[in-house]
Amino acid sequence: MTLKLTPKYQEEAIMALDRSDVERIAHLARLQIDQQDIPEYTENLSNILDLVDQMQAVDTSETEPMANALDAVQRLRKDDVTEENQRDALQSVAPAVENGLFQVPKVIE
Amino acid sequence: MFDKTLAELAQGLENGDFSSVELTQAYLDRIKAEDSKYNSYISVTESQALAQAKAADDTRAAGNAGAFTGLPFAHKDIFCTEGVRTSCASKMLDNFVAPYNATVVDKFNAAGGVMLGKTNMDEFAMGSSNESSFYGPARNPWDTERVPGGSSGGSAAAVAARLAPAATGTDTGGSIRQPAALCGITGIKPTYGRVSRYGMIAFASSLDQGGPMTRTAEDAAMMLNVMAGFDRRDSTSMQRDVPDYTADLSKPLAGLKIGLPKEYFPSDLNPAIAEQVQNAIKEYEALGATVKEISLPNTGLAVPAYYIIAPAEASSNLSRFDGVRYGYRCDSPVDLEDLYKRSRGEGFGAEVKRRIMVGTYALSEGFYDAYYKKAQQIRRLIKQDFTEALKEVDVIMGPTTPEPAFKLGEKTSDPIAMYMEDIFTIALNLAGLPGISIPCGQTNGLPVGLQVIGDYFAEQKLLNVAHQFQLATDWHKQSPEGI
Repeated sequence: MTLKLTPKYQEEAIMALDRSDVERIAHLARLQIDQQDIPEYTENLSNILDLVDQMQAVDTSETEPMANALDAVQRLRKDDVTEENQRDALQSVAPAVENGLFQVPKVIE
Repeated sequence: MFDKTLAELAQGLENGDFSSVELTQAYLDRIKAEDSKYNSYISVTESQALAQAKAADDTRAAGNAGAFTGLPFAHKDIFCTEGVRTSCASKMLDNFVAPYNATVVDKFNAAGGVMLGKTNMDEFAMGSSNESSFYGPARNPWDTERVPGGSSGGSAAAVAARLAPAATGTDTGGSIRQPAALCGITGIKPTYGRVSRYGMIAFASSLDQGGPMTRTAEDAAMMLNVMAGFDRRDSTSMQRDVPDYTADLSKPLAGLKIGLPKEYFPSDLNPAIAEQVQNAIKEYEALGATVKEISLPNTGLAVPAYYIIAPAEASSNLSRFDGVRYGYRCDSPVDLEDLYKRSRGEGFGAEVKRRIMVGTYALSEGFYDAYYKKAQQIRRLIKQDFTEALKEVDVIMGPTTPEPAFKLGEKTSDPIAMYMEDIFTIALNLAGLPGISIPCGQTNGLPVGLQVIGDYFAEQKLLNVAHQFQLATDWHKQSPEGI
C-alpha cells in the first residue's frame, strides 16, 4: 500500500543514476555485480534515491545533526592493556592463514 | 506444556512438575517434528541445549536457581555464539563458527537459560519479510503462504508456532516489533543503549538494539531482566541501573494519558487494522486511561532518513567482510581486488548489495552533506516530535504495521513497498526510543499488532501498559489453527 504520509515531494531528484554510476558505486564498495543485474540495480537505486530525496524539501538550516538520541559521547578509558591475545582463536575462522598471518593473493611483484 | 508462558514454565520447574532436561527435550522433539513447515530455525543446538538443561537442573537441585534457570529459548542467528555457527542468514557467514559469545549470550548463559538453537532472519537483518535469508524464508504459522515479517522472522515464527517459549530479536527499523505484530506475539525494542550490541553482528550501529520476543509482556520483562545492562565492550551502552522489569507490571492504569498521533491513522490505512487498534484503545479507556490526539509532523520523513542512515552505516560495517579474516572467500582470486570483489559479490545477497551501494553512494565524495548530514538533521526533527508529544502524554499508541502479514513474494520485486512496511516502527529507531508491539486483534485470521511507544528508558512503563491489556484481553493467548 502507499501511505500518504509525506506531504512534500522534491520536484526533481538530485540525480537519477545511470549504468556507469552503478558500476562506479559497485567498485567503490568492492562488490562484483553481474552485468545482467545492472539495469535492475540502476532502477532500484534510483527509486531509493528518489524516496530519500523527500528530505530535501525540509529546511534544516537551523538543525544540528543528531548521531545519538541521548547525545551520549564516547567513553574514554585508561590506555592500559585490557585484552588478552586471542590470535589463534580469532584466526581459526579465517579462510587462509600461515604462521599467524592472513594469506591474500600476492600484492607486490 | 507448549502453551505455557516462560513465567508458567519457571513455576513448573520450581514446583518440580518437570525438569529442564524434560522440558528441553520436549521442545527439541517438537522442533524436529514441526519446523519443516516454518523454517524458523537455521541451527538447532540439541546436544548443547541438553547439556545446559542438565546443568540448570543441577543448579536447581543445589538450591541456586534464579528466575531464568532452566528455561529454554532461541537466539536470533545474529548473536555470536561461541562454537556454534553464527550465520546472520548469509552465505557470507555460512561457515562462520563464532570464536566468542555476544554479551547477550553470556548473560543468558549466566542466568541458566537453555538455548534451543539459532533462528532464521533476513540476511544481515536487512528486510521485513525474512525472504532475504540465505536459508530460505521462514513462514508465518498463521498462514504458511505468508511471511512472518522480518528481520527477526524466525524468532517470531518459532514463538508463534510454539517451537520456543521465547526468543531474542534485534530491531534496527522495526525488526522485533513488525514480525511480533505479524505473528501475534509480544516484542519490545528497548531504548537505544539499553541492551549491549557486543557480539551482535552490526547492521546500522546507531539504530541496532536487541530485545525479547515472547508470548506475553510478563515474559518480555523476564527476558529483559536478563538482557539489559551496561557493557563496557559496547561503546554506546548506557551507564544506567537496570530496574526489575517485572516490578511494575501490576500497577493499575487509571489516569494513564495516551497520545494517538494523527499521522499513524492515515486515510488509506488498512481499515481492519485501524478498527482493531481503535478497539484496543477503547479497552485502555475502560481500564482508566484517557486519550488525546497528538501530532508527529515529521513522521513521513522517517523512512527517507532511515534509508540513508541505515545503508550508510551498513556499508561501513559490512566492509569488514572482505574474504580475508572470516567468512566466505571466492575460489582462485587473481589478485587482492578480485578477492574482495568476488568474495563480497558472491557472499552477499541482492538486498544486502543494494543497501551497501546506497550507503556507499550517500557517503561518497560530494554527497555527504546532501544525504548523510541531512538525514541526521531530519533525525533530530523526528526526535523533537516525540519529546514534545511525550511532555503531554505518558505513552503513544498506534498500529505496529500498516497491514497484516502479506504473501510470500508479494513485495520482493519492489524494495520501496517492502520499506514502507516499517513506516510506523522506523521513527523510534531514529529517535532511540523504546516501543512494544502486542497482539490486539485479528483480521481474516491474521494477527494485528498495537504499538506502544514510551519515553527514554520507560521500558517498565511499556511492559506495565502491555501487561494490563493482556490481563483484560486474550489476543495474546490465541494460537494459529492446529497449533
